[in-house]
Amino acid sequence: MRATLGVFWDRLMEQRWLLPLLVAVGLALAFAIPQFRLVNNYVQLVMILAGINIILATSLNLVNGYMGEFSLAHAGFMAVGAYTSVLLTLHVFPVAAYPGLFHLAVLAGGLVTALLGLLVAIPSFKVRGDYLAIITLAFLMIVKSALENIDVIGGPRGISGIPRLTTLPLVFCWTVALVWLLRNFVYSSFGRGVLAIREDEIASELMSVDTKRVKVLAFMLSAFCAGIAGALFAHLLQFISPRVFDIVKTTEILIMVYLGGIASIGGSIIGATLYTILLEVLRPSTVAGLLSWLPAVVFDPLNEHFIRHLGVLRMIIMPLLLVLVMLYWPHGIMGMRDFRGIIPLRDRLAHRTATPRGATGHGAADSH
Amino acid sequence: MSEVSIYWLQQVLNALQLSSIYALIALGYSMVYGILTMINFAHGDVFMVGAFLCFLAATLLDLPFVPTLLLTMTGAALLGVLIERLAYKPLRNAPRVSAIITALGVGLFLENLTLAFYPYPQNVPTLIENVNWNLGGVSLSSLQLIIISLSLTLMLVLDYVVQRTPVGMAMRAISWDKTYVPLMGVPVDLIISITFAIGAALAGAAGTMYALAYPVIDPYMGIMVGWKAFIAAVVGGIGNMRGAMIGAFILGGVEIMVVAVLPSTYRDLVVFSLLLALIVIRPHGILGQPRVQKV
Amino acid sequence: MALLIATKVRHHFGGLCAINDFNLELHQGELMGIIGPNGAGKTTVFNLITGVYRASEGSIRLRESELVGMTPHQITARRIARTFQNIRLFRDLSVLDNVRIAQYSKTRYSPLEALLHLGRFRREEQRIIEHSRDLLAIFKLEHLAGETARNLPYGSQRRLEIARALATGPELLLLDEPAAGMNPAEIDQLMDFIRWIREQFQLTILLIEHQMQLVMGICERIKVLDFGETLAEGTPEAIRNDPWVIKAYLGADAVG
Repeated sequence: MRATLGVFWDRLMEQRWLLPLLVAVGLALAFAIPQFRLVNNYVQLVMILAGINIILATSLNLVNGYMGEFSLAHAGFMAVGAYTSVLLTLHVFPVAAYPGLFHLAVLAGGLVTALLGLLVAIPSFKVRGDYLAIITLAFLMIVKSALENIDVIGGPRGISGIPRLTTLPLVFCWTVALVWLLRNFVYSSFGRGVLAIREDEIASELMSVDTKRVKVLAFMLSAFCAGIAGALFAHLLQFISPRVFDIVKTTEILIMVYLGGIASIGGSIIGATLYTILLEVLRPSTVAGLLSWLPAVVFDPLNEHFIRHLGVLRMIIMPLLLVLVMLYWPHGIMGMRDFRGIIPLRDRLAHRTATPRGATGHGAADSH
Repeated sequence: MSEVSIYWLQQVLNALQLSSIYALIALGYSMVYGILTMINFAHGDVFMVGAFLCFLAATLLDLPFVPTLLLTMTGAALLGVLIERLAYKPLRNAPRVSAIITALGVGLFLENLTLAFYPYPQNVPTLIENVNWNLGGVSLSSLQLIIISLSLTLMLVLDYVVQRTPVGMAMRAISWDKTYVPLMGVPVDLIISITFAIGAALAGAAGTMYALAYPVIDPYMGIMVGWKAFIAAVVGGIGNMRGAMIGAFILGGVEIMVVAVLPSTYRDLVVFSLLLALIVIRPHGILGQPRVQKV
Repeated sequence: MALLIATKVRHHFGGLCAINDFNLELHQGELMGIIGPNGAGKTTVFNLITGVYRASEGSIRLRESELVGMTPHQITARRIARTFQNIRLFRDLSVLDNVRIAQYSKTRYSPLEALLHLGRFRREEQRIIEHSRDLLAIFKLEHLAGETARNLPYGSQRRLEIARALATGPELLLLDEPAAGMNPAEIDQLMDFIRWIREQFQLTILLIEHQMQLVMGICERIKVLDFGETLAEGTPEAIRNDPWVIKAYLGADAVG
């Protein structure tokens, strides 16, 4: 019985229509939920945030996980995308009349950020590891300081009154699209080049990999996604300031990536979702609500000493959890592995090795 | 002396004060990097805790300057060793990234823990009686003098320890080769803990001095100051202690000069841009050795 | 015309002169060896040819193209491949991926097509996979396609490295100490193997080696380096009997 189920599952994973079907179902849900108020606004907000975080985590994973670098610039990319798109929707595009222009603004945010990604890629040609980390850190600080100094865009006070144009179906579409692009990139010759660079940059050059080109592509793609995420983020929160996109934000994204697992798209999806949910769950109101069934004699002191302070406690618990995860799972939950559904069928089949009994093994097919 | 030169000499004094504080922090980064090739991202927050310990000592315990300083340095040293033992030591053989992320996590933890106790910025009472001397038009305050001379003393002591004591020799040996040094009877774990303790103690001292010089402190102060000091250490050559000091003085100098010339909001922008340019031009830093990869 | 011509190549590392007045004329189809004591500069020559170092002086030409100044991947794309003294496989990647990566320069689709997995992408990916599996089959590694490179036994790792180098489609193959760690029986097999791949893949081969059994056995010409200088060059018999070479390197009872 178990064997049959196993075979059934294997066969299912090989069907090319599986993922498109899941996406269609997801899209339908994404439209239905806000339309029919299937869940309350707060949960919808969390779902949207999760989507944005997924985009941020998977795109950072490309550079930090697959390519083995340590970039701290991601929040800076997010900022550029956010500010670009906001300036367009507030001052250039008549979004009120033509809401479709919002998509253009988001795309523009991504493209401008991609150009910046090109800039950041250049130091990476000569410099790796810690030094690149420092350069990307400096870049992040510069972006933040620059934004603080340009009064036209609000300076340190930021910009408020941004129209709420980010919706659940829109974020769902962008999340699926960008994760798909990232996954396609990883499972192409360029993605393999990225992995080769991580393994041994000089050897990969000698094996014909154009490392400069690959680095540029990786950084630009990663930045593009972060820019889009920033644009969506800005039009969700309706307020942005340089303070929002600082090293703390980068650290949050890093946590999602390393928690979920480096060099794993599925890992980043898990890490981002887990982090977003945990952050929201660990709120006084949520926990109180979840535990409200407890008898008052237990609940009241619990609430008094613990639940009420969760707002602050969670920010202490989260990093501790992170440290614990790192101690026991240094590569993260799905480090260097990925779900079969994400690895293209072609690659899975290509890695298949025949065992003596004729059944198929998987070897390193699920690993990267 | 002319007014212009008085003004600039004044700025030099200010720069020296700021640089001294940066140098103490930068040294901690360099020492840890030198011995473990690890960027201790939590170091800036140890500095911040140092400042808060100073605050606590001054307000709750009503201690005068010297005991406050000693308390802060000891407390910070203990914290540094604690972090090293609990969070870094287990990851010594894990992928480097894990250690870095853990360091970031520890830093976040410290920031938010402090935030939990002190959601609002705090004012540090003055512990040093402020006397101002007038040297030909240039004003030197007792606080400045103490900060600069104390930092200098600490740096000299550190230099002595590193260059002339067995402990220092062990530290230098480990930074060159971690595999074979233990085979020669060097207690590596102990030396590493001592390194962290010294670095943290210096950061604690820096925290006290900063708290006294710029009396408003908040839990996120470690971020800006810490990262700047870190980048300064890199500019000077990460892992190289004299380089850390050079980098810190460049940083302090640039920062003060920028504020003297441009509107103060441009300060961080210019400082980081300059540091970035220096790093891009010479990634291994002023006194650093480029790591040659053998093919 | 000669395939590879190195003229008056000199290379310094800081104040140290690692290679001095290196000249080489390698003809198509030749099998040539470079020998010499450790530190003589043999691997440096390989690094200079493949672009890892840029020669301080002199020229290295592949037919008409000047190689000095080109990046390594450009040189590899011009069909010069190499293996390494210490195996430098992509250890955490699969055997198949190691071979696929080496075909980067021969991949005929654009980043856009890669992002969308459209157009030529699918065809090219299939072609690459098939070519990789064919190559692995030749090296009797096909059954390990999904295995992680670091898990392979030493001998298989060496074979994989050569397979990977051949995946770049070279006409000139540089082998850096291919017989390291082998016993005489294995070296015999290796000699047959090298002759065979030269035939099969129409290669010109330049190899560095310490094992005289291999060098004297298959090399048509030998160049001897010592302290960055060329000590001697000629046929195996000439080298074997050259007094300077014997003194500097081979020793009085040189292995034949």
